[in-house]
Parts: sequence; C-alpha cells; structure tokens
Amino acid sequence: MPKYAALIYSDAATEGQGTPEQWAQIMAEYQAFGEKAGAAGVIVGGEALEGTNTATTVQVQGGAAGGDIVTTDGPFAETKEVLGGFYLLEAADLDDAIKWASQIPGAWHGKVEVRPVMTFDDAEG
Amino acid sequence: MTEPLQETLRIEGGRVMATLVRLTGDFQLAEDALQDAVLVALEQWPDRGMPTNPAGWLTTTARNKALDRLRRESRRSEKEHEAMRLLDDAPDPPDGRDDRLRLIFTSCHPALSMEARVALTLRTIGGLTTDEIARAFLVPSTTMGQRISRAKKKIATARIPYRIPPDHELPDRLPAVLGVLYLILTTGHHAPEGRLDARVDLSAEATRLARLLVELMPDADECYGLLALSLATHARQPARLDADGAPVLLPDQDRSLWDHHAIAEAAALVSERVRRRAAGPYVLQAAIACAHGVATTYDETDWESIAELYRLLEERQPTPVVRVNRAVAVGQAFGPEDGLRLLTEVTGVDRWHLWWSTRAGLLLHAGQEALAAEAYRRALGCEMNDSDRALIERRLAEIGA
Repeated sequence: MPKYAALIYSDAATEGQGTPEQWAQIMAEYQAFGEKAGAAGVIVGGEALEGTNTATTVQVQGGAAGGDIVTTDGPFAETKEVLGGFYLLEAADLDDAIKWASQIPGAWHGKVEVRPVMTFDDAEG
Repeated sequence: MTEPLQETLRIEGGRVMATLVRLTGDFQLAEDALQDAVLVALEQWPDRGMPTNPAGWLTTTARNKALDRLRRESRRSEKEHEAMRLLDDAPDPPDGRDDRLRLIFTSCHPALSMEARVALTLRTIGGLTTDEIARAFLVPSTTMGQRISRAKKKIATARIPYRIPPDHELPDRLPAVLGVLYLILTTGHHAPEGRLDARVDLSAEATRLARLLVELMPDADECYGLLALSLATHARQPARLDADGAPVLLPDQDRSLWDHHAIAEAAALVSERVRRRAAGPYVLQAAIACAHGVATTYDETDWESIAELYRLLEERQPTPVVRVNRAVAVGQAFGPEDGLRLLTEVTGVDRWHLWWSTRAGLLLHAGQEALAAEAYRRALGCEMNDSDRALIERRLAEIGA
C-alpha cells in the first residue's frame, strides 16, 4: 500500500497564538481524527512539531561529510506558512490520501500538503 | 502519415489510448506502445490494406508492443508483474464503462494544474500532437512536452487513480472536467487574429470532446450545457474577424455568416434544461449564446430573457465578467439607467478596460456623450491588447470628442 506524507502547515502569523480554550478545541479535533483514521489503519506515523522559533537549520559547506557545519537559527525558509507537524498515511491512491488528508484539522486551520513517499525499487529483486 | 491511418487515429486514438492506459496502468508506456503500433501500421497497411477493425488492431498491436517494452526493461519483479497483467486476456473494463471516461477524469484530475489538465486531455483523448498543442497555446514545443511529461509523471508517482469517480464525488469532480473543456473552447475562440491558420481549431476540438462527454455521461445536464455552448460559440466564429483580421463585435457581425444549423442544435439541447431549477452555469451560458444566435439583429435580440439568464448566472457565478455582461443586457432590455445602476455596483474594477468601455456604451445609449467620451478615455488608460485598444480609439473618434 502506498504511503503519503500529509504535511500540516499553518499561518506563521498565528503560530503559538490562541487561547487555551482554542488550543483544547484543536487538540480535541486532532484526537477525533486520530481515533477515526487510526481505527481505519490509515495512520502509520506522525508527529507534531515545536514552533519554528525552536528550529535550527544545518548545512555542511565545502563538499561532502567532513565539510564545515554551519548552523543557523530558525527555519530553512522564512515563509508565511510554517510546517507544524505531519502524518504518515497509508492509502490506496491519491484520491484516498486526499480523502483522509481533508479530515485532518490542519486542513481547515491551515493547509495540508500531500506528498507521496518515495519508493526505492529493489533493482535485483 | 497515410490518410486512413490518420483518420483512424483521429477518431479512435482516444479510445485505443484509454484502453491501453487501463491495461498497462502507465500513461507513458501506453503512449510509447501506441507510437510503436502506428509505425507497424505505416509499414503494413499500405501493402496489406486496412484491417477490418482498425481500432482493435491498433489496441492489440500496441498491447503486444507494451509487453515487448516491459520484457526489455523487466529486471524488476514489479514490472514483470505488470507484464503478467497485460497477458491476462481481459480486454474489457471490469465495470463495463467506457475507458475514455476514465481517461478524461484522470487527465482532468484536480491534483494536476489546469495547464497540465488541458494539455494532457488534448494529447490523450483529443489525439493532438505535442507540437499542435504547443502552437495552439503559443508556447514552445519543448515547454509543452515537459508540461505533459511532468503531468504523466505525477499521475504515476502520486498514484492518481485511473477511474471514474463514484457518483457522490461527481459534483466535485465533473466541474474540473468541464472547466478544462471550457478553457479549450475559450482559448480557441480568443485565438489571436492572423494566427488562426497556424493553429488547430481548438473550439472545434472542444465541441468534439463535449460531444464525447455527452455520449459518456448522458445524465449530466451540464455536459449538454457545455456542448451547446461550444456549438453556439463556434457557430459565430466565421463572423468574428473582418477581412483585415480585426475583431468584429457582436452588434456589427454579419449574422448570415453564422452556422445556424449548429445554433439550432445548441438551442435544442438547452431549451428544456435551462428551465430546470438547478440549471448550472454552462446550461445558462449556452442559453445566453443561443438567444444571441437566434436573434435576427442585435436590437431585435430577446434582451429581457438574456437579462434574466444573466441574473441566474450571477447567482451561481458572481464574477465581474458576468456582472458587467448582465448590466449590458439589462441596459438593452430596460434602459441604460438600469444598466448603469448595476454596473456601478461592480466594484474594484478601476483598472479594467471592459468595465469602462461598458460604462461608455451605456452612457452613449443614454445620450450622455461627454461622459461616455470620458469613460472611453479612462478605458484607454487601462492595460489591454492592441485590437481592443484600436476598437476603443475608433469609438472615441466616432463620438467626435
């Protein structure tokens, strides 16, 4: 069964905002999704991420491993929308993946990007 | 290419391709295999004559070619598995529905960009070459080729399914298909003057595809609406340009050049459907086009009906274009003051030449020449193409202001 990453984006301007009540409401929505999709065996993995203010970007400069490690405070790209978490979903095809992604609360609080997980063919298999 | 083969490909290419995609599960492989089969046909048909069932012959030959290709590159178990599926002698689709409908819905999947959907639809169902599509959309052939191959790659990688959506998803999915055909139609209709001969006739292509869609989905009113709209739009094509290739506006068109047979067919398709409470935007637009099409002159047009049709259309699609057109129709039906009132309600269009030139037309109609001239001058301050600009300049000169 193909796997899809459902990447949950939200507006950077509202990151970390919101009242405890709103937070609790969103958590309840995620719990409901988790139970439903979990029972259907769709969720293979996933995590929520801490805010972009905790992010560190790492790059190795000057060739392969062993080059200079340059770390930068903050996310890779300053964008209006930030990645807040992800699910790894198992779905029959893109339509099926979209069906489930559209039930992730992030799809109405923000946007969800659905990306197929790359499969590596076993060349000798 | 020999003529009988070209003819067969033109008529049956979409069907052959649709079946091959189902059998191979791979757009690229299906297309390559069909190319292989065409080469064999070019070799054999002139000597041995056409097979009795050319489409069947092409499908079988292409299927075998697909198998050859798979065997050649088949080091992988998954590929071999696919090859087995091909060998499987089950040429009929499991659900008994036409493969072409599957091909249409997959090519027009909302997960593809609109550009990609249009290109893929013309390529796979329409059987046009990449070069032809590139010329029609005024982009380099390599760009169009990349666009099509990216789309095919996304279908394969993201696993866009090859199927007709279940009924409960159709309200979401059919508009995506109709939108593609509509874009093909309007691109053909607004083809830049002077280049028409270099391009395939996209509005004729849209009509052909709409006819196919009606045949495949006989219960969907909006498919009939789109077909009728294509017919009625294409019917006016011969009168759209003057001898110098400049556009002629509707009031000035020579109506004897219109294809009245096509207009009658369009009118018959929508006359019932437009009265239904749920009449959709394509049925309504087709009914408007037909009302223009059956009018003997611009002034004797049934403007009251058209104004009402635009009111219904605005309920479903409150776009600036629809609202401006409604103002024109209301102005003709009930007087320019009523039209101007509606036009004023369309806001945020300061930089839109069509709004200003429409306002100018309504003001002229109301006998307010000075204000009309002012509106034309505002229109000239907006961005627009050369032929629209020439038209407005001519109007302004006619007022003598």
